[in-house]
Amino acid sequence: MAVSVAVRVIPCLDVDAGRVVKGVNFENLRDAGDPVELARRYGGQSADEITFLDITASSAERDTMYDVVSRTAEEVFIPLTVGGGVRSVDDVDRLLRAGADKVGINTGAIARPDVIAEIADRFGSQVLVLSADVRRATDGHFEVTTHGGKRSAGIEAIEWCAHAAHLGAGEILLNSMDADGTKSGFDLELIRAVRREIGIPLIASGGAGTAQHFVDAVDAGANAVLAASVFHFGQVTIAEVKAALRAAGHPVR
Amino acid sequence: MTTRVVVLDYGSGNVHSVVRMLERIGAEVELTADRDAVLAADGLYVPGVGNFHACMTGLRAVGGDELVRTRLAGGRPVLGVCVGHQVLFEGSAEPSVGGAVPGIGCWTGSVVRLEASVVPHVGWTTVRVPIGSVLFAGVERERFYFVHSYAARDLPAARWRDGAAPLVSTAEHGREFVAAVEDGALRGTQFHPEKSGDAGATLLENWRKSL
Repeated sequence: MAVSVAVRVIPCLDVDAGRVVKGVNFENLRDAGDPVELARRYGGQSADEITFLDITASSAERDTMYDVVSRTAEEVFIPLTVGGGVRSVDDVDRLLRAGADKVGINTGAIARPDVIAEIADRFGSQVLVLSADVRRATDGHFEVTTHGGKRSAGIEAIEWCAHAAHLGAGEILLNSMDADGTKSGFDLELIRAVRREIGIPLIASGGAGTAQHFVDAVDAGANAVLAASVFHFGQVTIAEVKAALRAAGHPVR
Repeated sequence: MTTRVVVLDYGSGNVHSVVRMLERIGAEVELTADRDAVLAADGLYVPGVGNFHACMTGLRAVGGDELVRTRLAGGRPVLGVCVGHQVLFEGSAEPSVGGAVPGIGCWTGSVVRLEASVVPHVGWTTVRVPIGSVLFAGVERERFYFVHSYAARDLPAARWRDGAAPLVSTAEHGREFVAAVEDGALRGTQFHPEKSGDAGATLLENWRKSL
C-alpha cells in the first residue's frame, strides 16, 4: 500500500578521527573516505537516513565528530543518527546541538540503563536509538556484547531490547556480531526473536552481502536495514536494495 | 524581494538543519525569540521535537504562545512543524513528567497516541493531499519524513478557527491522522520538511513564496 511507511535503507559510516573506516568484524580497518563527502553521496542516492558511528578511541578526538556532524547537517537534508561514546544526557545534548537528529547509545546504556529514561524524558523517545551488539552464546541463546563483540555483557539480548524499549528507547539497532562482515546475510532468527518482543521500530544490521539479504531481513520483521562496507565498496547500491524490496512488495521511497 | 523568516528559538532540539534548509530555499533566516523580530518577520517557523509539555513549557518561557496568537490575529503567517504543529491544538495525551501544559489552542481538540503495531512512526510516508493545496504543489505524491508517537486524529468543522475552512492532508500509520493543515495564515506539518530531502525543500519553498 502506498500509504504505509517506507522501509528505510540506511548506510552506516564508521568514523575514526574524522575519516570513514570499516573493517571485517570490526578489525582490519580500511579507509573508505571523507564522511561528509560520503554522506552527501548517499543523500543523492536516495538513502533514507545516514548513521555515523564514532569509533574514535580517545576523548580528545571527540570534537572532530561534532565538526563532522555539523558540516554534514549543513548540506544533507535527511535524518542523521550519531552513535559512539554516548553515556549521558549532556552527550546527547551536544550531538543534537551539532546537528544530529537521533543519537545511538550502546555501552553507556549497558553500564547504566537509567540513562535511557533520562534521555527520553529530556528529549523524547524519538531521539534515542538503542544499539545492541548481539552474538550467539555457546548454549545457543543470544547475548549482548561490548568491546566490538569481544566481551559478553552478561545480558540476554532479547530481554535487553524489550527492557530498553520499556525504558524509553525509540528504536532498536540490532547488530549481529556473528553475521557482521561475513556478507552471508542477516541473522534472521535474531530479527524474528526481537520483533516478537518489541513494538518500536527495528533496524537490522550485520551480514548484508546481496540485495536479497535486505529483503530477507524485512520479511523477518525489520522496519529498516543498515549496512556499511557493501555500500562503501559499491558491492550493492542503495538503488538495488530498494528495487529488490519493491519487487518483494515492500514500500520504499 | 527577500523573504524574512524567523525560526522561533526556545531551546527546541536540532534547529541547525531548519535554518540551513530555509536558507537553501532562498529565505533570509534569523533564529531568535526577540518579540520585535518575531512580529516583523514575513513568516514564523515554530520548530518542536520531544515531549509536548516540555515544548510548551519552553515556548511559554519565551512568550511564544502569545507571539503566535498575536501574529495570527494580524493574519501573519505561522508554520508549526512536528511538535510545533501539535502545540497548535489544545493539548496532548502524551505523559508529562512536570505536569500537563495546555497547547496554544488555535484548533480545539488534543493530539492522541498513534494506534499501530509499531510506534513511534519513523520514516518516509506518503500524504493524501486535498485539491487546492499550496504547500504540496508539485510534491503531492512524494514521501515525507515523520518521527512521532502522537498526532491529531482529525480536524472536523467543529474544531476550526472562526470563519476558516482549512485544507487537511492526512497520512496513515495504523490509522489515519492529520499530516498537515493549511488554514489561512496558519499552517502546520506533522512531518519534518527540513529533513525530507528535495520534497521537503519544495514544500518549504512553496511556503516561502506564499509569504
